[in-house]
Amino acid sequence: MKFFPLVWTSLWRKKARTIFTLLSIIVAFLLFGLLQGVNAWLSAFGADSHANRLYVVSRVSEISPLPGAYLKQIERVPGIRQVTYIGGIPGYYQEKSNNILAMASDVKTLFAIYPEWQVRPEQLEAISHTRDGAIVGVPLMRAFGWKVGDRIPLRTSVMKQNGSADWNFEIVGTYDIPGSPSLANRLIVNYTYFDEARRLERGTAWAFVVAVDDPSRSAQICAAVDALFVNSPSETTTQDEKAYFLGQLRQLGDVGLMTNAIVAAVLFTLLFLTGNTMMQSVRERTPELAILKTVGFSDRSVTVLVLIESLLLCGLAASAGLAGAAAVFPFAAALGVAGSALPLKVVVEGLTIAVVLAIASGLPPAWRAQRLVIVDALAGR
Amino acid sequence: MPSVVSLKGVVKRYTRGKQRVQVLHALDLEIQEGEFLALMGPSGSGKTTLLNLIGGIDRADDGDLVVAGERISALKSRELAHWRARHVGFVFQFYNLMPLLTAEQNVELPLLMTNLSRAQRNNNVQAALDLVGLADRASHKPAELSGGQQQRVAIARALVADPDLLVCDEPTGDLDREMAEQILDLLQMVNREQGKTIIMVTHDSKAAARATRQLHLDKGRLIDAETSVAA
Repeated sequence: MKFFPLVWTSLWRKKARTIFTLLSIIVAFLLFGLLQGVNAWLSAFGADSHANRLYVVSRVSEISPLPGAYLKQIERVPGIRQVTYIGGIPGYYQEKSNNILAMASDVKTLFAIYPEWQVRPEQLEAISHTRDGAIVGVPLMRAFGWKVGDRIPLRTSVMKQNGSADWNFEIVGTYDIPGSPSLANRLIVNYTYFDEARRLERGTAWAFVVAVDDPSRSAQICAAVDALFVNSPSETTTQDEKAYFLGQLRQLGDVGLMTNAIVAAVLFTLLFLTGNTMMQSVRERTPELAILKTVGFSDRSVTVLVLIESLLLCGLAASAGLAGAAAVFPFAAALGVAGSALPLKVVVEGLTIAVVLAIASGLPPAWRAQRLVIVDALAGR
Repeated sequence: MPSVVSLKGVVKRYTRGKQRVQVLHALDLEIQEGEFLALMGPSGSGKTTLLNLIGGIDRADDGDLVVAGERISALKSRELAHWRARHVGFVFQFYNLMPLLTAEQNVELPLLMTNLSRAQRNNNVQAALDLVGLADRASHKPAELSGGQQQRVAIARALVADPDLLVCDEPTGDLDREMAEQILDLLQMVNREQGKTIIMVTHDSKAAARATRQLHLDKGRLIDAETSVAA
């Protein structure tokens, strides 16, 4: 601690330069925190998936609809407890940026298949009596200030029988997913109402979600379901929940590789920026470092002082950047693109990188300070 | 009186470009404890080089240097740094204070490498600032002080670790006459009352007259020596 005033004042020798360098590092680590945080969240995607849930989609493409009549055939496969449709109305609320998906299903069955989705029983009962009712995720209710009883107009790309693509739903209840609140980002509406009201692709579903009795038999059940529709016009692919989610992620591309590449490029640039700042700072202080050596600081002490200065610069800025990312994370979570908190693993990784960056950028000026010859430095040579 | 400085056959050469210049030629010198020595001579005569060698911030190419009881020519870089911290105080022409540190932080610098507690360091710093008459300017930065006051802070920094030897390179060279006299008064007081050995390089004969002995260097050789009766 006794060296702190010495290091601290050296750091602020040129205030503007230090502030700009700090800001650069803060922004870089903010970016690191957000990207790696989202990456970690995506990597953990499906980790808490339920092995007793299966998804039946078209073998050709996940966006190719399957005949709704498949539901009855799937139900008859031994080991399957419940099946329901998954359909949807992609649209937006008021502004195009407010993207919302209204997921159409047999609502009671859906909540039975997803027991971790919490809904009040009376609200579940209410939707079965309200054809155009909707049960809405709590984050959406908060984001738009909705309350039960409100009517929600959605502008969509799904045309109704009357030619309009505007759909109205009455909020009859809310649902929450305590472990993953950010996933409760949809409206859940009645499939029967949706299917009767739409003009195109009636009697079809995007997918079927299936609950099985014995997860250890999932592989056989998947094969049995797909076998039902072999050589039909709409062949299926059935997967357990984890495989299904990972397959969806792969459609985005290798997110991990992309985020790592961006972060690596940013940090590599930062290495030169910080190194340059430290080098300039040490060069300007050559006579002062010579005085330190004159009054008894050893070569090693001066080296350590420069490295501590570099660590302080990078550590402070990285902490601020990561704190910023942690503060932004809940908002990203509300949009459904991240978990509820910045993972601790990312914070530890970030701080470790900050230390490595500090040492790598501090070593050349520290080496210069160590090799400094007192009489030459004092003489301005 | 025992010798604080004992030099035998000290040689120093510099390489400037392709030229190799011998600055000091087999110099022999004894300085007794408690002496106030003025080292004079024309520019380029080797005064500062000799001072740097005695202060342990430069190394001789040949010869034997025993200063404050230590054969400093045999010390490794790290040992020499520790030795300097314990035995030598430096005062330079242009003060060489840390511009962003306050007067007391500047004075504290040599103590940072010791094992003294914070309280002990503070006591020593206050005592050194009291001695140079700047206790009331402890929290001022160098830019807020006059040249004479900055030099006083530099002297306080040189004295704070209670060294055996003070090496002063043109300590009044950047000051007007009045300020210079004050600094010389202070050095004389430190020499007389605290018994510190002082070696002062100067061009100024009036400053040299304050010393107890004057030595003249010319082209790297001591050409004469005299003992003055300092006022």
